[in-house]
Amino acid sequence: MKVINQVKLEMLNDSKNEAFARVVAASFAAQADVTLEEISDIKTAVSEAVTNAIVHGYSNSVGYVGLDCKLMDAENPLLPVRVLEIEIRDNGRGISDIARARQPLFTTQPELERSGMGFTVMETFMDEVIVDSSPGQGTKVILRKEIGAAGKLPKKSVKSGVDAGSEAGGIDD
Amino acid sequence: MLNLYRKGAMLVVRLEGELDHHSVADIRVEIDEALEENLPEILIFDLANVSFMDSSGIGMIIGRYRQMQEQGGRVGFVGINQKIDKLMQVSGLLKIIPIIEGSEADESNKPSQTGNA
Repeated sequence: MKVINQVKLEMLNDSKNEAFARVVAASFAAQADVTLEEISDIKTAVSEAVTNAIVHGYSNSVGYVGLDCKLMDAENPLLPVRVLEIEIRDNGRGISDIARARQPLFTTQPELERSGMGFTVMETFMDEVIVDSSPGQGTKVILRKEIGAAGKLPKKSVKSGVDAGSEAGGIDD
Repeated sequence: MLNLYRKGAMLVVRLEGELDHHSVADIRVEIDEALEENLPEILIFDLANVSFMDSSGIGMIIGRYRQMQEQGGRVGFVGINQKIDKLMQVSGLLKIIPIIEGSEADESNKPSQTGNA
């Protein structure tokens, strides 16, 4: 895929920057032919990833969250779509069990009223979510979304967390 | 950011703007103070003027729902708008908290409720 445009940004892990990060991502995405729904999806997914970096990656320590936005040409003559790729990076504590962290309703901090829905939201609102992390090595989340594919590709159905939870978690006997 | 008023046995929380991890910190404290003071039987979240919400907003609402349940109270929604509808569907929250319709919801959507607040 050919990179059309790119923005790289580093921000302090201040929770005020959650709003800043989503505005940056939405503004960057606006140069492509995005729908209002796609903008809303992108803002929500970025908000989840940046919040994870601040709440779980760094908890009480000070650090920086990286936000890289890339717009790429899929170079597919049959389907002229662009791909928005957003990378959210921290140098925090990392995740020991990524598969478990991605499960709906899983949270390490229920006392802080974390819903445990962050990754589920990212996966529902974006086309692809890649998580690269290990303990002590920080976390990198890559969010991808095809832009301009609306109406050309079959839409993903929206699955609720409660349903997804009982499928993945084996709550039923 | 938020507007609280009492109406009979109901406490209506009208939220405005963006509900994320940063903004729910203060909102949570304000709602909890009002819950303690008013001990309502029904807590209504009016989300008509919420322009953005992520899972931190969901977490805050679930937290208040649990509190109300412990006290034998109920929770309802009014004003689920298009901007937050997808998130509400994904979260499964609408399966445990009903959308209030009819006269009750109309009352809570009025722009200003002075007098018994």
